[in-house]
Amino acid sequence: MEALKETASKAQDETSKRADDPRWRRVNRVMRLHGYRPNALIETLHMVQDTFGFLEMEALKYVAKTLQVPLSRVYAVATFYHFFSLKPPGKHTCVVCMGTACYISGAAEIMHEMQEALHIEPGETTADGAISLVTARCLGSCGLAPAVVLDGEIKGKMTPAAVLETIERWQADASG
Amino acid sequence: MRLDEIREIARIEADREDGYRHRINVCVAAGCLSCQSASVKDAFEKEIAKRGLENWCRVKGVGCLGLCSGGPLVAIEPAGILYHTVSVSDVSDVLEALDDGPLDRLVCSGETPFFKRQKKIVLENCGRIDPERLEDYIAAGGYQALHTALTLMTPEEITREIEKSGLRGRGGAGFPTGLKWSTVAKADNETKFVICNADEGDPGAFMDRSVLESDPHRVLEGMALAARAVGANHGFIYVRAEYPLAVKRLKKAIAQAEHAGFLGNNIFHTPFRFDINVRLGAGAFVCGEETALIASIEGQLGRPRPRPPYPAEAGLWGYPTLINNVETLANIVPIIREGSQWFAGIGTEKSKGTKVFALAGRVNNTGLIEVPMGTSLREIVFEIGGGIKEGKQFKAAQTGGPSGGCIPEHSLDLPMDYESLAQVGSIMGSGGMIVMDETSCMVDVARYFMEFCRSESCGKCVPCRVGTTQIHELLGKITNGTGTAGDLTKLEELCDLVKHTSLCGLGQTAPNPVMSTLRHFREEYRAHIEDRFCPAGVCRMGRGKEGE
Repeated sequence: MEALKETASKAQDETSKRADDPRWRRVNRVMRLHGYRPNALIETLHMVQDTFGFLEMEALKYVAKTLQVPLSRVYAVATFYHFFSLKPPGKHTCVVCMGTACYISGAAEIMHEMQEALHIEPGETTADGAISLVTARCLGSCGLAPAVVLDGEIKGKMTPAAVLETIERWQADASG
Repeated sequence: MRLDEIREIARIEADREDGYRHRINVCVAAGCLSCQSASVKDAFEKEIAKRGLENWCRVKGVGCLGLCSGGPLVAIEPAGILYHTVSVSDVSDVLEALDDGPLDRLVCSGETPFFKRQKKIVLENCGRIDPERLEDYIAAGGYQALHTALTLMTPEEITREIEKSGLRGRGGAGFPTGLKWSTVAKADNETKFVICNADEGDPGAFMDRSVLESDPHRVLEGMALAARAVGANHGFIYVRAEYPLAVKRLKKAIAQAEHAGFLGNNIFHTPFRFDINVRLGAGAFVCGEETALIASIEGQLGRPRPRPPYPAEAGLWGYPTLINNVETLANIVPIIREGSQWFAGIGTEKSKGTKVFALAGRVNNTGLIEVPMGTSLREIVFEIGGGIKEGKQFKAAQTGGPSGGCIPEHSLDLPMDYESLAQVGSIMGSGGMIVMDETSCMVDVARYFMEFCRSESCGKCVPCRVGTTQIHELLGKITNGTGTAGDLTKLEELCDLVKHTSLCGLGQTAPNPVMSTLRHFREEYRAHIEDRFCPAGVCRMGRGKEGE
């Protein structure tokens, strides 16, 4: 009985600790709006990623407990959907669109050059945490193929040289 | 809200618009936004304020104007002039040319086939209304169809209109929409759901995104009509998280509609109530399949389950559920407004109405187009699309994304309808159309799509999970110059197996890109295997190139 009480109070502590942090308040709000129902899982994970940039293990545990969903299922959902990332993103992000229109207009070449320049594979972040290289399925900017998203800004009709220019500026930032 | 109140809003809006001598519409859909159309719009506003022209000119952000390759696009009303590639530095020139006729260096002729050959039903408001203002939608006749349906029609009559119109699902398979509606309507249950499938996952498709970004209220009104017809009170829109602008505009539109009483309780003072919630997808292509989509809304892994039972009988949380695609729902309002006869008079015998295509790839005019069903591929590519870039040779048009196929040159006169596309081994799909020229290698394209399907396979059934991997490996072998004589037969056997034994649409259609290229471009496969040569010069033969 004592042990149970202790667990309960620990959980209470954790929730209230998180309640002081405005970032966690955003997450809590989503769960509350959905009545803490298990089907709020994906919506909640979206908010966690939106707030923290990625899904930390601690966050997954917290969401699992609050929504009363087994951690295994939270982990399954977080890894099934490509949109969710379990690793922190780099300071800058370069998303190369690999949609059909971009692919036949030279996206593969852009991606190849980026891999050479950054020495990383798509989905990875450089060792210094400066730049993440990501592929997108299709950004829906097919009219402007090939498209690349540089720190959230969609750029159309890109060439390897134009992307490299930005990458080099980011690298200079990081080392300078 | 009553009908006279709607009409009053529409009248005030029309008067306000007529009060301006010039109306400047700047495209703020995603395509133009990525060419900095937002700063062009700002520049117009500042320059107009600076010159004290506020009472003469107004600037408005509008949805997609269509010709994405010419972005940022600016339309001048009522003169009916369209300017392309307008930059901030052009703003003062455009303003100066307002009274003296068009500015020749930026003008796009409205007489070109790109504009003349189109017929806009789904996109009728795109590029005309401000997607973030409900009043604009009302001024364009919005929510009057819902009023008519709620006050003058029974649910059965609404369903019958849709049945008679001959509308078929625009998500890909082309299932008759009216039949789907009547099945859900007949289901005996107090609780039913309407879901709008906005999980537009096909690479190369951005029709639904443009509709949501340019005219979100039309989708909401279509959903409300569907809900009334089938007897549902709750709706969900399952939209890709990759479309933040569409999500933002949808949420705003829902809030506006709730506030004005077009959603919620006692809509138009009738007992009908309906609410809509937005659910974000999370980047799983398979969630476009209806049972996987339902699982995802329930917060589960997006994995399909065998049908039957169909969602019409047991869908979301086990209740009867109607799932329609964005473009299908965007067709509902005009059908109710103009009547099923009018709609059935457009298109071909079995495919009615129009189809929106996202035209992209190696054509001169890329962008969003809407043409009557049955328009030939040649018209789309060479007239509307303005031919192939840099005078190169047309090779193939790819429709239907990873579930579709490549249509070769000798089928250019093929009418675009569900049956004709199936005959050449492709599908209508959701409407992505990628035009390829001689610089594209068909084997590499097949490998590209198979890589997509392999990675997007949810892994639930063996034929899809293992089969797509095997096919991808074989294609990898062929494209890096190590293919052997027996590989083509093996490919065909594997494709046949995956097609006939997979659980859901993803696996069943995954072999299509391979089968259609094998059928129409077999000699290219042969060249890779027998001569170790890639005719298009894309594959790095013998250099051991693996997939991306």
